[in-house]
Amino acid sequence: MHGSGIPIWFFIGVVLVIYGLMIFGYGVYEWQSGIYPPAVELTDLHTPVWWGAVLALLGALYVVKFRPGRAGK
Amino acid sequence: MFGLIPAHLAAGSFSPLPALLAFSAAPMAHLSLLDMIVIAIYFGMVIWIGFYLRGRTNTSEEFFMAGREMSAWIAGLSFVSANLGSLELMGWAGSAYQYGILATHWYWIGAIPAMLFLGLVMMPFYYVSKTHSVPGYLNLRYGEHARVLAAFSFALEMILMSGVNMFAMAVVMKVVLGWDITFSILVSAFAVTLYVALGGLRSAIFNEVLQFVLIWGGALLVPILGMIQAGGVSGLKTKIIANMHSDSYFHLWRDTGSFAANPMGVHWTGIVFGLGFAISFGYWTTDFLVVQRVLAARNLRAARMAPIIGSFFKMAVPFIVILPGLLGLVLLQNPDRSPQQLVGEDVVKACAAGTSGETIADSAACSTAMSTKSTLPAAYQARVLAGAPGMELHSYNEVLPLMMARYLGPGLLGLGITALIAGFMSGMAGNISAFSTVWTYDLYKPLINKKGSDSHYVMVGRLSIVFGVIVSIGAGYIVQHAHGIMDYVQALFSIFIAPLLATILLGMFWRRATRPAGFLGLLFGIVFSVSMFVWVHLNPANLRYVALSPYAKPMAENVFRALWACLFTALVIFVVSMFTKPRPDVELEGLVYGVTPLPKEEPVPFYKNEWTWAILVVVIFVVINTLFW
Repeated sequence: MHGSGIPIWFFIGVVLVIYGLMIFGYGVYEWQSGIYPPAVELTDLHTPVWWGAVLALLGALYVVKFRPGRAGK
Repeated sequence: MFGLIPAHLAAGSFSPLPALLAFSAAPMAHLSLLDMIVIAIYFGMVIWIGFYLRGRTNTSEEFFMAGREMSAWIAGLSFVSANLGSLELMGWAGSAYQYGILATHWYWIGAIPAMLFLGLVMMPFYYVSKTHSVPGYLNLRYGEHARVLAAFSFALEMILMSGVNMFAMAVVMKVVLGWDITFSILVSAFAVTLYVALGGLRSAIFNEVLQFVLIWGGALLVPILGMIQAGGVSGLKTKIIANMHSDSYFHLWRDTGSFAANPMGVHWTGIVFGLGFAISFGYWTTDFLVVQRVLAARNLRAARMAPIIGSFFKMAVPFIVILPGLLGLVLLQNPDRSPQQLVGEDVVKACAAGTSGETIADSAACSTAMSTKSTLPAAYQARVLAGAPGMELHSYNEVLPLMMARYLGPGLLGLGITALIAGFMSGMAGNISAFSTVWTYDLYKPLINKKGSDSHYVMVGRLSIVFGVIVSIGAGYIVQHAHGIMDYVQALFSIFIAPLLATILLGMFWRRATRPAGFLGLLFGIVFSVSMFVWVHLNPANLRYVALSPYAKPMAENVFRALWACLFTALVIFVVSMFTKPRPDVELEGLVYGVTPLPKEEPVPFYKNEWTWAILVVVIFVVINTLFW
């Protein structure tokens, strides 16, 4: 991506890490406290925990692989 | 982004959008602080990308064509993302709820063959001609008149589509979240204007790739959790057959031998030739909104690979759109835990204020509207008419947000809503960036100021984005307050695109096609298409002649109208060409198949060759169509 500096994949990685950590953190709180939103189904699957972790890990992969210093290599 | 939205949207079932508001007094979901933060981060990121790319967008080539330096992956994802509007997501999920996986045709046969054709066959001509736009290609091939006609109709279409899309999305946000309509419009329009005007096409493409990832990240959980709750594929099938008393919901082709045998009221000939050829090829190979993304590729091989990469993702989209619609059929429940039945927006409108024990404003109208729905059980109708407490009445088009609200808690719901907003913004950014390029290169430059400097045209492009968004907002409000007009606006797409397809295909593959033939073919093709639309609109009974069957339903109208318009345009071009003087071959070099020496591409390993991946797409395409036959 000549001329555009930081690759878009890096931005995507950053966003996914932020979202993943936020959702994962909330999921852990929810699990610990046992307080779940009443209208939501399947809360016993603890979706925010594993989905947040998936997003964060995927994002971290992109951040590392496409970090600005490494771009173009 | 009304390009390929369902006919029940395109034909105006969103026209009574205010009806949605009338019924839905309370929003479907409430956002937590965490959800708000997720959405705010998204807005912050897209605007920041615009500012970041501002300093790298100085020349017209950079602003309008993203410097022609996009990789195949970025161009391919942007190519698909520009089409993945939120209304499309919600509309097709609603179609799946009504018609089952027949709706998948719009993602598979209605997209994949055309995307491969663009990459493997047409892209070299677009790319070698170095045109900035599709109307620009028409100028090179047929001359100024054809260019101006195509550019004017395209610019008009983009502005109106953008406005209608913006307003419709704001209404959805009002219904789902209770957000103020003007607030939604202003915030989203401001964000799109800012990042597209600052960073041009490059910013639009970058954000489209980001939005594509977020759409998947936000929407993928719904089918996953839904399938768990439904008991997997076999559980879903069993429940649907038990509920709907039909297994047609799982068959793509089996019941398309006659119009009456399938709930969509379409025939396989219409699906194959009308949708699979006229509409699909028209949209994916000649609509500048999507072609512009591929033209920004860094070289010819990347430009050919981009649509092929996009086709893999396009084939996967039904997983986050069609499957939630099917799951909604068996999983959605009223607040009292009874099975919920979604209805058409006409029923929602007629039965306004009919739930939670409130009196229905017009019981007779409500009863009439419901009685036309064979899928709505009599007992359910009686409960609605009685204003039964614990029930909710929602339209098919709300199945996706309803499923989101069912499974997504704080944080995840914010991500899901972000997916819808991202879908809307990527569609609008596509409209606006394509409008800006066509306005600047195909209308302003040839007709108003031919001798401007490069920086002058960049400034014109930026101003046209701001101007385009303002006009879009105005158009959206006007259209919404003028009943009936929205039907025409949303039909614009299918009216323009089919004649354009015939004009470009004959121009690209038939050297005998002449300049006057191209212009007249496009002009008369549009007139013919408009005439058919008006004819059916004035008397819906005429649909039987357009679709060749008394059993045809509105969904069939678009595909057959496009097919006839395409054939009529081709006929006009053929006849006029026979009576006019063709251009010498030397003038057609770089524009027409047979007289264009294609550039030699460097040999690459088989796994980097576009033909390898295209063959894989074809294999997958055949397998999944057979699997769901």
